[in-house]
Amino acid sequence: MTAVAATVASTTGTTVAATARRSRLGPAAWVALGFLSIVVLAAVFAPWVAPHDPNAGDLLNAYAPPSGEHWLGTDGTGRDVASRLVYGARTSLLGPAAVVLLALLLGVPLALLSAWRGGTTAFVITRVLDVLFAIPALLLAILAVATFGVGLRSAAIALAVAYLPYVGRLALTAAETERRLPYVQALEVQGHGAVRINVRHVLRNLAPVLVGQGSVAFAYALIDLAALSFLGLAVQAPQADWGVLVSDRDAILKGHPLGVVAAGTLVVLTVLSLFVLGSRIAGEDRR
Amino acid sequence: MTAPLLEIDELTVDIADVPVLRGVSLTVAASESVGLVGESGSGKSMTLRAVARLLPEQAVAGGHVRVAGTEVLGLRGDALRTHRRGLGMVFQDPRSAVNPVHSVGSFLLERARDSGADLAAARARAVAVLRRMGIADAERRMAQYPFELSGGLLQRVMIASVLMERPRLLLADEPTTALDVTTQADVLALTEELRRESGTALLLVTHDLDLAAAVCDRIVVMYGGRVLESAPAARLVTDPVHPYTRGLLASRPPLTHRLDEIPVVPGTPLSAADTGDGCPFASRCPVALPVCSQSLPETTTQGATQVRCHRAADVLDGSLDVELPLRQEVR
Amino acid sequence: MTHYLLRRLLGLLITLLVASLVVYLSVFLSPGSPEQVLFGSRPPSPEVQEQVRQYLGLDDNVVVRYLHWLGNVLTGDLGTSLITQQPVAQRIAGPALVTFSLVLYAGLLIVVFGVGSGLLAALRPGSTDAAVTAVTSVATALPAFVAAGLLISVFSVQLGWFPSYGLGQGTGGRLQSLTLPAVALAIIASGLVARVTRASARQELASEHVQTARMRGIGGARLVRSHVLRNAAPPVVTVLGLQVAGLVAGAVVVEQAFGLGGLGELLISSVQQKDFPVVQAIALVVVAAFALLNLAADLVVMLLDPRARAAAA
Repeated sequence: MTAVAATVASTTGTTVAATARRSRLGPAAWVALGFLSIVVLAAVFAPWVAPHDPNAGDLLNAYAPPSGEHWLGTDGTGRDVASRLVYGARTSLLGPAAVVLLALLLGVPLALLSAWRGGTTAFVITRVLDVLFAIPALLLAILAVATFGVGLRSAAIALAVAYLPYVGRLALTAAETERRLPYVQALEVQGHGAVRINVRHVLRNLAPVLVGQGSVAFAYALIDLAALSFLGLAVQAPQADWGVLVSDRDAILKGHPLGVVAAGTLVVLTVLSLFVLGSRIAGEDRR
Repeated sequence: MTAPLLEIDELTVDIADVPVLRGVSLTVAASESVGLVGESGSGKSMTLRAVARLLPEQAVAGGHVRVAGTEVLGLRGDALRTHRRGLGMVFQDPRSAVNPVHSVGSFLLERARDSGADLAAARARAVAVLRRMGIADAERRMAQYPFELSGGLLQRVMIASVLMERPRLLLADEPTTALDVTTQADVLALTEELRRESGTALLLVTHDLDLAAAVCDRIVVMYGGRVLESAPAARLVTDPVHPYTRGLLASRPPLTHRLDEIPVVPGTPLSAADTGDGCPFASRCPVALPVCSQSLPETTTQGATQVRCHRAADVLDGSLDVELPLRQEVR
Repeated sequence: MTHYLLRRLLGLLITLLVASLVVYLSVFLSPGSPEQVLFGSRPPSPEVQEQVRQYLGLDDNVVVRYLHWLGNVLTGDLGTSLITQQPVAQRIAGPALVTFSLVLYAGLLIVVFGVGSGLLAALRPGSTDAAVTAVTSVATALPAFVAAGLLISVFSVQLGWFPSYGLGQGTGGRLQSLTLPAVALAIIASGLVARVTRASARQELASEHVQTARMRGIGGARLVRSHVLRNAAPPVVTVLGLQVAGLVAGAVVVEQAFGLGGLGELLISSVQQKDFPVVQAIALVVVAAFALLNLAADLVVMLLDPRARAAAA
């Protein structure tokens, strides 16, 4: 084996070994993971988990207190709060997922390209990201929603574009550091193509940081989308969504805040879990 | 005989239950300069920090450290501050030891400002000391920031800041290690000059035996958290007793001629945590006996020399010659 | 230094230019037009419609309109609202004042509670640190719109201490009605700032230059002020700048929740009504405020750290 090949083998070998070690998450992270799993499962299996139809209202039973029939009571039009929370998890989680995935799909290739080529390419890409950075996410989202109509889809796309600089810059610094590591040059010297090196090696080593920070981005996207739904610009009432549920002003003013509090608590707990998990995953790698 | 200025008596330091110093004893007389020599892990820096009371939070210290008769280890608050005012400490890396956001002048005058002393007088004194430390345009430097000065210059500033307060004892932790050789010599010479003038004692921590020999009156050799030998510098360098000291001296490649093979001390330096109850050097010692790893040797005294070695008597009367294994010099 | 300032301001102008173009295009691309909103379900004859369109200047092509608008802005004329026929500057003045008062109030809360608790955690390790860290961690996950609901429920509906809707009269009334919104707005940012403050202060406390100062007998308040705070400040100021800047846009949520009549609400309604000039102006103001606040933070950092000054020169 040539010295170069041996170096490559040893460095990538240690990275794989490090990946195995990474499964040692702390207790807090495990709790977070557990909570998130429950929420995701509840969302996926909503029709089976939710005791009632989230849209079925009974005006005669409005603002009912918690009972065996309605675990968290009912809202202003008699709909079961608990069921609305369960179904609400769907849009509340799907939206951010789309945002983060889209932002990563657009941002990571740009970052890799910029780190690889350097020079003018990097300059242009960094400037574009800087300009996007200067426009607050919510503003962009409001404008985009106005342009393309209200609804989760346009809100998600807008937010993805708004998050692009955040994800992009992160991926960029990580990619640039990675780019300068000896094993990358070793691979170049061996004649491997740029795409192959980036996808098979650089990306793989970037993965933990991206997953960790992606988790944090997911949390922020969750908050922003729920806020947009709160404003009536993303998911619209009467559809069940955590953001929509929190916006129920009438319930609060009439002294029945349980639905709002429950939805709000779910948001906070989910976001907290994502933060805890994200920092563990990203932090474990940053030795 | 007057009491020594600094008296360290069986000092032990454990950090989070890990032993770092296992009973260090040494003295420094007024105006005396003592070199504390050892490799990494020997505990020399920790000893210095114990005197300055700059041990890490989880550190537990035992034994005694007395400065001018006052027990230092238990001091708190104002008493501690007074104790520190009589000391001066110089750190290895001036870039991390000097606050980067304050100007040189501000740094030098801070003490005066804090105690409400006459600023003009303090300023004049500061400029004078800077000049004595070899900084020609001292006035201009006062207005500059640390990042504008080179490492050597900044270290001179740090030393100046300490000496200008005329402490009784100067604690120096590898003060010139980060500097290039010519600057090292210059800075040390100037420091020595000022030190002698004001009668300040010096406890110098270094891994460089030659440097200690050149600057200090006495040398104390540490290994694995203990003191192994203590002798007047000239004596130690020409006629070392402890096998470890002999090893240190013998393994230095000479400047005057070429060697095909150099004597080495086999193995790597161990810290207090890695050594057991016996002599810390036993595992690497070429003349070790079974008793060496079992029990800690007593201190043997001959004149001004003190040694902790089971074989000290044999070495001193000349019946034992410490032979070190040889290794091929890598060209 | 002036060179640096000029460079930053130039960057700001370019950003504003690009942002305004983006906004212009987005509003232009959106379906529907202002006159449709104006006329609603009873459109007048085509001739009248044409007249209105000409009057409102909606006839020319988009590039011409953009340049026209740009020219006006540079001379201080933000245009006229298509819906209310008021000068835009007048239209947004009131709401802008509300939003900026809100951001200022929230900003003060963040500085006091965010920096304060971060310092507390750093200077008092142990149980105080653990407690503060736990609270601030939860705070970073408590979005403004959730906090708003909770605060209204407890402090308005239950306790009646603060109003839940509208802007009060007079300074006292204003302050009272802005309190809950400011608190809701400040929570996440306070948590983040507290975290950064704690980390930065702890790093400084453990630094060698603090040990040097201790060795020279400097202690207590002077030590903390001169050697810990001053050195720990730069990253805290940077994050503060970023967070407060973000509040300008984030305020829209609490403005809506509390019915304050700020820029955010105006933006949403203008967008829905296709009132282009107002949307443009608000977007401009928001982006400018964002950039200026970040610039201010950077300038403060330079004030504190001579190395940053040197790097900028």
